[in-house]
Amino acid sequence: MSGAYSALQLVRNALTGHRGWPKAWRSPQPRPAYDVVIIGGGGHGLATAYYLARNHGVRNVAVLEKGWIGGGNTGRNTTIVRSDYYYPESAAFFDRSVTLYEGLSQDLNFNVMFSQRGMLTIGHSRGEMDFRRKLVNGMRLNGIDLEMVDEAQARAMCPLLNPSPSARYPILGGMVQRRAGTVRHDAVVWGYARAADRLGVDIIQNCAVTGVRRDPVSGAVTGVETTRGLIGAGKVGLAVAGHSSVVAAMAGFRLPLRSYALQAFVSEPLKPVLDMVVSSSVLNIYVSQSDKGGLVLGGNLDPYASYAQRGNPPTMEAVLSGLIEMIPAFSRVRLLRQWAGIVDYAHDSSPVLGLSPVANFFLNCGWGGGGFKAIPAGGETFAHTVATGQPHPLIKAFSLDRFRDQALVDEAAAAGIEH
Amino acid sequence: MLLIACPWCGPRDETEFVNGGEAHIDRPTPAESVSDADWAAYLFFHDNPRGWLAERWVHAFGCRQWFNVERDTVTHEIRRVWRLGEPRA
Repeated sequence: MSGAYSALQLVRNALTGHRGWPKAWRSPQPRPAYDVVIIGGGGHGLATAYYLARNHGVRNVAVLEKGWIGGGNTGRNTTIVRSDYYYPESAAFFDRSVTLYEGLSQDLNFNVMFSQRGMLTIGHSRGEMDFRRKLVNGMRLNGIDLEMVDEAQARAMCPLLNPSPSARYPILGGMVQRRAGTVRHDAVVWGYARAADRLGVDIIQNCAVTGVRRDPVSGAVTGVETTRGLIGAGKVGLAVAGHSSVVAAMAGFRLPLRSYALQAFVSEPLKPVLDMVVSSSVLNIYVSQSDKGGLVLGGNLDPYASYAQRGNPPTMEAVLSGLIEMIPAFSRVRLLRQWAGIVDYAHDSSPVLGLSPVANFFLNCGWGGGGFKAIPAGGETFAHTVATGQPHPLIKAFSLDRFRDQALVDEAAAAGIEH
Repeated sequence: MLLIACPWCGPRDETEFVNGGEAHIDRPTPAESVSDADWAAYLFFHDNPRGWLAERWVHAFGCRQWFNVERDTVTHEIRRVWRLGEPRA
C-alpha cells in the first residue's frame, strides 16, 4: 500500500523535518447521494464505514460528523478495553471486540497503542468476593480470561491499595482480566478514519444532521437533511451515542434510552505509579495511569437526564472520595481536567443494535459508558447489519424488539455494574 | 448543583433528592388486555428530549414526598415545580 506508515517512512521524514507527511484523510464536499450514510463520526461510525468498505465492498459511503471526528464520546472516555461481561451474549460480543483490538494496529496500519496491562476489580466484603467468584466462574464458562485473586495477590499487583486494616471498605482480593487494558482513543478514530478514507469513504466534518427524509409511501428512509444540504442515502446508520434519541425523533420513532452525563478526570502527570487498571464497584471508581503520567479516572453517572457535557459537583465529589478511599496515596494529587460526555442507557444497560422501525434505517446506540471498548466489534457487526439488512449473529440479542419481547440482557443486574 | 424547590420544604440542594424519571406516564389498563408493545411503551419507551423534560423527583432525604419538576436537560434550568395530582399544563 503506497503511503503506508512504516519505520522507513518515519526515518525518512525525521531526516527531512517531518514536513513530508501527507494528510491522513481527505475533506471532500458531500456528494448529492450515497449508498450508505453513517450519522456520527466517532469510533463506531468510522469503524462501520471501514468494515463496510473492507468486508462488504460497499465503498460509496459517507460518514457525517457535526463537529470534528472523535470529538464526542470517543475523545472523552477513559480508554479502558475489557470483556468481563456475565451473560453469554455480552461475553461473545465484547470478547470479539477485545480480540479485534489486539490486531487493530496491524489491521489499520496505525498504532492504537493497546496496552494489555490488565484490570483488577477489587472486592471489599466476603459477600462481594462470593459474588465475584460467581461472576468469574460464569465468565470462564463463556471463555473469558477472568480469574480470582486473593488479598496478597491483589496487593502485589497494586501496592498502593488502601493498606489500612480498619478501612471503611477493606480490600479482600478481587477479580482480574489480564487481556484488558487501555487504548489510545484518538488513534482509534484516526486509524479508522484514515483506513476508511483510503478505501473511498467520504468523511464529512462540520455537517450536522437536522432531519431525516422518508419516502411518503413506503416510509423507508431516503436521505438526511444536513447543515450542508440534503444528502440522499440508500441506507442510513445511526451511530451518535448520547444523541440517539434526538436523531431517532427526526426519523419518527422513540428509543428506550435515557441520556446522562458521565464524567471523567485527569490528574497532573506523575511518575509511573500504577501499571494496571484498578476499579471498585462498591466505591464506584476506576483509575489507570496514562502514558503521559496522568491518572485517568471516572465513576458513576450523574443521577438525572442530561445533555449538558459538563458534569455536576456532587458526583465529582463522590468519584474523588472513592478514589481516595481505594488509594489514599492519591489524596494530594491535583486534577488537571474534568469533563463529561453524554451517554445513552437502556434499562438493562445493554446496547440497542440492528434494525429500527424505519426501513433502511439501522441502529447502533445504547452503549452507555461502555461504547469505546465495543468499537471494533460494533463497527464490524453494524457494517454486516447495514450491508445485508439482517442483524449480525453477535448482536441479535441486542435488538430493539427485546423490549417488547421482555428479553432483556440485564448486565446491570447480573454484573452489578453500570455498563 | 441544582437547587430544587420542594413544594413542601422549599429550596434544597439536589443531594437531598432522587430523580424518578419522566412524569405523567399513565399505566395502561386493564392489565390483562394490554399488548406487549403497549407494555414496552409504558415501561421503556419514554421521552428523552434535548430540552424541556417533565420529570418526577422525590425528596428522599427530607419530607420523602414525590412531586413533578420541569427541567431543561441542557441548561438544567428548572422553570416549574408542581405536586402529584396537579395538572401538567
